[in-house]
Amino acid sequence: MIRFLVSRFTQGIIVIFAVICVMFVILKSSPGGPFRSERAISPEAMAAKMAHYGLDQPWPVQLWRHLVHYATFDFEESYLFAGRNVDEVIASGFPVSAAIAIPALLIALGFGVPLGALAALRPNTLEDRGSTLAATLGICTPSMVLGPLIAMFFGLKLRWFNTSGWFDTTDWVLPSITLGIIYSAYIARLTRGSLRETLAQEFIRTAKAKGAGDFAIIFRHALKLACLPVLNFLGPAAAGLLTGSFIVETVFQLPGLGQFFIAAAVNNDHALATAISVFYAALIVGFNLLVDILQAWLNPRIRLQA
Amino acid sequence: MNSVSPMRAAWRRLMRQRINAIALGFLALLVLLCVFGPLLSHYTQDQQDLELKAAGPSMAHWLGTDQLGRDIATRILHGGRVSLEVGILATAVASFIGVIYGMVAGLTGMKLDSAMMRLVDILYPFPFINFVILLMVIVGREFWIIFVAIGAVEWLTMARVVRGQVLALKNLEFVTAARASGAGFWHILWKHMLPNVIGTVIIYSSLMVPGVMLLEAALSFLGLGIQPPDASWGVLIREGANAMETYPWLLLYPGLFFSATLLALNILGDGLRDAFDPKSMSQQ
Repeated sequence: MIRFLVSRFTQGIIVIFAVICVMFVILKSSPGGPFRSERAISPEAMAAKMAHYGLDQPWPVQLWRHLVHYATFDFEESYLFAGRNVDEVIASGFPVSAAIAIPALLIALGFGVPLGALAALRPNTLEDRGSTLAATLGICTPSMVLGPLIAMFFGLKLRWFNTSGWFDTTDWVLPSITLGIIYSAYIARLTRGSLRETLAQEFIRTAKAKGAGDFAIIFRHALKLACLPVLNFLGPAAAGLLTGSFIVETVFQLPGLGQFFIAAAVNNDHALATAISVFYAALIVGFNLLVDILQAWLNPRIRLQA
Repeated sequence: MNSVSPMRAAWRRLMRQRINAIALGFLALLVLLCVFGPLLSHYTQDQQDLELKAAGPSMAHWLGTDQLGRDIATRILHGGRVSLEVGILATAVASFIGVIYGMVAGLTGMKLDSAMMRLVDILYPFPFINFVILLMVIVGREFWIIFVAIGAVEWLTMARVVRGQVLALKNLEFVTAARASGAGFWHILWKHMLPNVIGTVIIYSSLMVPGVMLLEAALSFLGLGIQPPDASWGVLIREGANAMETYPWLLLYPGLFFSATLLALNILGDGLRDAFDPKSMSQQ
């Protein structure tokens, strides 16, 4: 276990290091500096600005400083939001993204797992077809279509919620529902497939033979194994949701991390763009590790390998 | 029993399910419409009829016009062509990289294999969507960049799957026989490995197309992909979403076309998986 954790931690560090380097190469190969859009800036002021951010240094020095910043958790100043360090910018956007992501994940699990389980328990019946159809429709409705439709119905027709902005305490509802519906469709499909496969296995037949009821079979025996693919999907999905869904944040005009990343990319704010990507990568690595540990706990046949 | 080639057998299994045939027929029709429709239409996709601003469906404009008086039906077909092109080309790029990478890693084995797979492990948790967005902003929002950028990041799963297949194949007797008769590395790769992994490649490619189309639509929706006045479905959905309060059909029609296409692609992908891998079918 210790060896496993150490090895995964090292791998995580390598991933973060690689992300920083790749971002550096992509961003440095971009034409025009970070302050090109500001009009009529004198060469002296420009030089002072570049020096302030250390952009007058040679590339290897810049990359080295970059890495030192991340290694010591002493983060750089954002170019776009001057005066704020990138971790402060992330700290202001993350709560918005998380406030949407967490209910969305709960909705996705709350609907997706029962729907998929229902379909798997009654194969080739009306329930199975109905829930499979619903899940397929959910997968085929992109968030850029579903989001505006939900905004139109609940926001503009019924006037229950705001359709854009982050002002009221209920502003998380519509974005969360949009994401929740789409993710529950994926989860329902995964649950159906894996539960069906699990129910066909011999230990389930044994459980049935010794007289276990449907309820006990599912909750005691099958679901433990059947939720492994769902967990596999959930790890990266949760990381993606927590760092902000680009589409849904755009549709509902939310000041989350996705919007900050797009602003950083468009305005050449290399420091912020790198920081958000590193944050995202760190979350993915963290969730994947969590998923691996959970899977080993749920299925003793899986050994944690370094 | 007549001997049937694996390809033909898979095709027969695919067509035995009516839903697969319907999905394939729909896609074929859509491709024909998107390729030839804009040529047959009375309008070009950016031609404006200034008297008709955002009118509903009529005989002259079957699906109506947008605020700039452009024919929606023509724009949807034109946009569909762009979206399908991106979907197919990006998938081709990703499959090409993934198949070569996976076959070389699997067939070489030893140190090179573990190094190549270590690289895939490191790349796997990368925040690729961020990279694609940055590439679009930096390199320019051009058509070819989109599918190269998407293709360059989507090949990892394909590489893993193909490597696994090659590992299972390479110790079989026919490969040993080929090696004994003096076949070189590349010969075995092309003549013996590729034909045996092609079924898997078709399955994974077909499942990749809808994902890639979604990614392109997302980029265009964010204003980072295809640029107006050119159209893709993402662009049309973006324009529709901005105008949906007054002209809901501007969102509904492109949305319906996009969803129907994704649906057909998903059905076909599942159908192909069952057709090429009868084992997965027997479980159902």
